[in-house]
Amino acid sequence: MNRFLLPLGLFVLLAVVLGIGILHAPEKGIIASPLLGKPAPQFSLPDLTEPRRLVRSADLRGRWYLFNVWGTWCAECRAEHGTLLRVQREGVLPLIGLDWKDDESQAREWLTRLGNPYQAVAVDASGRAAIDWGVYGAPETFLIDPQGIVVYKHVGALTEDIWSREILPRVSAARAGKS
Amino acid sequence: MRAVSVSAAVALAASIGAWAVDPTQLPDPALQARYEALTHELRCMQCQNESLADSPVDLAADLRRQVRDLLLAGKSDEEVRGWMAARYGDFILFRPRYSLRNAWLWGAPAALLLVGALVSWRVVRQRTTLLATDQAPLEEDGQA
Repeated sequence: MNRFLLPLGLFVLLAVVLGIGILHAPEKGIIASPLLGKPAPQFSLPDLTEPRRLVRSADLRGRWYLFNVWGTWCAECRAEHGTLLRVQREGVLPLIGLDWKDDESQAREWLTRLGNPYQAVAVDASGRAAIDWGVYGAPETFLIDPQGIVVYKHVGALTEDIWSREILPRVSAARAGKS
Repeated sequence: MRAVSVSAAVALAASIGAWAVDPTQLPDPALQARYEALTHELRCMQCQNESLADSPVDLAADLRRQVRDLLLAGKSDEEVRGWMAARYGDFILFRPRYSLRNAWLWGAPAALLLVGALVSWRVVRQRTTLLATDQAPLEEDGQA
């Protein structure tokens, strides 16, 4: 009896360790952002529609917003555009866009043609702001809370499912907790 | 003749440079060496099995530019790695760092070796005692 105890114990231990690994395995290809739970990167960039104005992270403090990284060269961004417009219509929180390494006139034309879901779009011509946000492929969407903390990040096209399952509950829960 | 072969070698070297993914040249050879070492040990996040130095994609070029700028600003290699990891996570480092979170991974081989040694020691000891009891008279086996 005793001689089976040690191997059995080791087996159970190994099974538990591997089980934890499997349950906590991140989705394949999705890399957890080190920004989660940390302050969102500061930025001050020209506004796409009014180039003389600046879109600044400091002006966004004190409210929830979605930070959406996109570009006209990005096919998935076209795919998520409908969802972005619906999110804007719901009016729960404003969308701030980051036009990443894009042709500005094409970007303006895109918004005129497809509709503009953004309260403001910052232009990141050099790609430096995107690097500060740890962006590695558009589209990426970040949820920022009123304290300026990155609460959630989604890589890939934003869908109704992600919006109602991951983003909306976080905002509603925080707002309900405060009132 | 010698001048011709030298200029041919220079032309060849220049054309090899033009073929490389990354033509960046830093003013100081020591800085250039550090730049090349760093871009080889940082991962291109878009094409995840390539290093920044080997990847032709746009993002890799942008990240190489960041490495260059940080080095020119006088940052140490460790500061550059930290700068990248703060934005992209430890995943960007091809050579993982020690941390409390992954300490058990680094310690696992030693722990497993210890377990193996313990098990083999017990097995050997058991065999020895079995051998000793086996010296008992054979008749008892037949009766059982």
